[in-house]
Amino acid sequence: MNEATKTHPELSEIFNQDEARVDWHDETLWWIRQKRDKSAHSIPEWERLRETASQIKNNVLSGLAGYLTTFEKNALANGIVVHWAADAAEHNRIVHDILKRNGIGQMVKSKSMLTEECHLNEYLEEQGIDVIDSDLGERIVQLAKEPPSHIVLPCIHKKKEEIGDLFHIHLGVPAGTSDPQILTETARQHLRETFLTRRGALTGVNFAIAETGEFVVCTNEGNADMGAHLADVHIASMGIEKIIPQRKHLGVFLRLLTRSATGQPITTYSSHFKKPRAGQEMHIIIVDNGRTVQMGREDFRASLKCIRCGACMNTCPVYRRSGGHSYHTAIAGPIGAILAPNLDMKKYADLPFASTLCGSCSNVCPVKIDIHQQLYKWRQVIVKEGYADTTKKIGMQLMTFTLSSPTVFRTAGKAGRWVLKHIPFAVNNKFNPWFIHREMPEPPAESFGEWYKKNVKKNS
Amino acid sequence: MRVGLFIPCYVDQFYPNAGIATYQLLVKLGVDVTYPTGQTCCGQPMANSGFEHLTGDCNNLFIDNFAEFDYIVSPSGSCVLHVKDHLHSEHAEVQATGIRNKVYELVEFLVDILKVKELHAKFPHKVGLHQSCHGQRGLYLTQMTELVAPYFSKPQQLLSQVEGLELISLSREDECCGFGGTFCVVEEAVSSKMGKDRVKDHLVHGAEYITGADMSCLMHMEGILKREKSNVKVLHIAEILNAE
Amino acid sequence: MSRDKILAALQQNQPELVPIPPDLSFEKDETIDLSAKFKAMAEGIGSKVYEVADAEEIKRLIALDFPDAKRILSNVDEVVSDGIPAFILDADPHSYEDVNIAIFKPRLGVAENSALWLTEDLMGVRALPFITQHIVMIVDVAALVPDMHTAYQVIGDADYGFSTFIAGPSKTADIEQSLVLGAHGPRSMTIFLCRF
Repeated sequence: MNEATKTHPELSEIFNQDEARVDWHDETLWWIRQKRDKSAHSIPEWERLRETASQIKNNVLSGLAGYLTTFEKNALANGIVVHWAADAAEHNRIVHDILKRNGIGQMVKSKSMLTEECHLNEYLEEQGIDVIDSDLGERIVQLAKEPPSHIVLPCIHKKKEEIGDLFHIHLGVPAGTSDPQILTETARQHLRETFLTRRGALTGVNFAIAETGEFVVCTNEGNADMGAHLADVHIASMGIEKIIPQRKHLGVFLRLLTRSATGQPITTYSSHFKKPRAGQEMHIIIVDNGRTVQMGREDFRASLKCIRCGACMNTCPVYRRSGGHSYHTAIAGPIGAILAPNLDMKKYADLPFASTLCGSCSNVCPVKIDIHQQLYKWRQVIVKEGYADTTKKIGMQLMTFTLSSPTVFRTAGKAGRWVLKHIPFAVNNKFNPWFIHREMPEPPAESFGEWYKKNVKKNS
Repeated sequence: MRVGLFIPCYVDQFYPNAGIATYQLLVKLGVDVTYPTGQTCCGQPMANSGFEHLTGDCNNLFIDNFAEFDYIVSPSGSCVLHVKDHLHSEHAEVQATGIRNKVYELVEFLVDILKVKELHAKFPHKVGLHQSCHGQRGLYLTQMTELVAPYFSKPQQLLSQVEGLELISLSREDECCGFGGTFCVVEEAVSSKMGKDRVKDHLVHGAEYITGADMSCLMHMEGILKREKSNVKVLHIAEILNAE
Repeated sequence: MSRDKILAALQQNQPELVPIPPDLSFEKDETIDLSAKFKAMAEGIGSKVYEVADAEEIKRLIALDFPDAKRILSNVDEVVSDGIPAFILDADPHSYEDVNIAIFKPRLGVAENSALWLTEDLMGVRALPFITQHIVMIVDVAALVPDMHTAYQVIGDADYGFSTFIAGPSKTADIEQSLVLGAHGPRSMTIFLCRF
């Protein structure tokens, strides 16, 4: 079975073979969760801010068609060219067409998870267009020929020595370099040359404002701006759900976004693009790619409120101990597990089960998506659609039979305890997954029901 | 008031002491409590695995056993949350609704309904309190660290009434233990790693006992403690609150 | 046409209209010293902050902190001089590649996060605040607001082609969460808090 068809449990098992590395990955992300907590606690009105953001996004989803047409009208009036893409393939073709028309063979790209979802880089490379990712973390995974493992911290899974090795091979730093300062400086020089020579730049969109036809791009590195302001053509890719109604709503979202993501009060740059620079072409591509289908799923629609902060990933005890790549999809973690099944229920049937339903994610989500409740609901849908594996199905039917009858239940329970007591090796072996890392519970002499019958019922 | 005692299936079969302690504690506090002997399970294991549509019979059995009581109390946060969120019946929906409104986990029953202020319990040991997720984030037994909101803890409130008990602090106050129902075998590697880490937090802070309101979490942590040949034991909170 | 397909699908699938919530109102601490809060946040993010009395002090401190700077530009009248020529508007942004220091005066500053609002008309060219190796911001204390909500109230429906909030020097923590100042934008940000 190749990497592409392995499931979350299989990939997580591999990830967990290196326990020290799991601890490192887990502690790093937990530390970020703690920074988020500290930052949130510095805002006494934090919970009301979340509620406000949630309601704004509820309003957006309920009027999205109207907001998109308003946004388009205003963006066009600003001189921005507006495109619509039904799916990933169409998005990629539109990008290519724009570059081709302008005779651009090399493009610089700043962070866009949407383009990851669309596999844009591979497509453009096949068409002979050279793409360089300018976000440092993205550049690192690009050199490593891997997808990002986290939507905000693309190479959180990589150690500095590994990054040093990559830079030694591709960017000429001396072997054994691992100082983040030196590695960042190297990337700065290398990418500065890229920015100065690329005529085409592509960015993502954090927020698109219907009222004014402008869009906002948030970065710490300044790479989106370096790309866009030096390029002749700026393409911005956005999912349909990135809309917010009015400019003033940015006050709410910009206060929540970075604090939720990394604990910082705001990203270094929150750039508002409204009109193209004189002599520049500015394009925006509005992408569906399954979002309108999710909109029609009443139980899962709220997942479209996501502002891609990554807080759910940082807090998820499963994500921290399995890594983003174990989810085998562009957007991993809890939010990924409720978005992906909509795109391909068969391929991503394992994701909603990669959770204990602990609920931490829902409570750090800045827009109050009921993530853990959606995970539960996706499980019902996936089983109903026939994507549960057969052994589980049989096991469940057996369980239903046993638990629907008190006598069958008591007999089965007594039998189970007897087996554990008298032939423990029947259960304590490598075929019992519980037993791999845990001892089985001690079988008691009598069940509670038996005790009650003996000690209480007879006395009543 | 008549209370129906709901004992989770695995507590009945494998951890009867938690059930016995719950029963005895309620009796001690003057509650008229009955254990309907026809009960089996709340249906959570099937529902959480995506087989909610198979739980109809289970639900009806639950309703048959418990509809008559004024309150239903159970020493299990996750089972109670499941009943609260998911108990429905095609032909007995009125009773189902009634049950959803009167089902309580033990700790919240003691604090919110019985309003217990003084327990005559003694347990002179260092105890680590595990915040089981469904009880905490679903039933609000303890404030969660994710929210910017005032702190409270119902289990801690009760434990503070136990003579001699020393509650240890933890590095991660409310991280999940990794049991998660069938998750514990479907995602075995992550589950056992989560359990190992949770246990480590308690051990590093000197716990002699790990307690909580959910035997499922404790069973999972006990499995790891025993594999590590640790002397630390798990005890359901009912057993500590009932200790003399 | 994809546009029509998408809009039709949305019309069919979107839920019943839910109103926009009222603006968030919360108790603001009126006693807070905005410039003190701003300074603390800015320094926490990695900027260097000076409180100065006049433009001469600004020029002096820049010369002190950046003795080797060869190309310094500004469009702030008070500092434009022989050594600090004005921006050339309409210049090819690439021509600013060798700028060491660019000095700007943003329209407002936000105390809760030290973000400075710089509109295109104050930038010279859009690339300049990013391509310069070091950025200097002259911030009028009277232009400080407590939070982002107030900031957007002040910004109102102002028209601009491009504008940005700049909260500090460019940075990254992508390599094992080690914070490094100076990613692709300026390596440092120096803020002069003043009252002119």
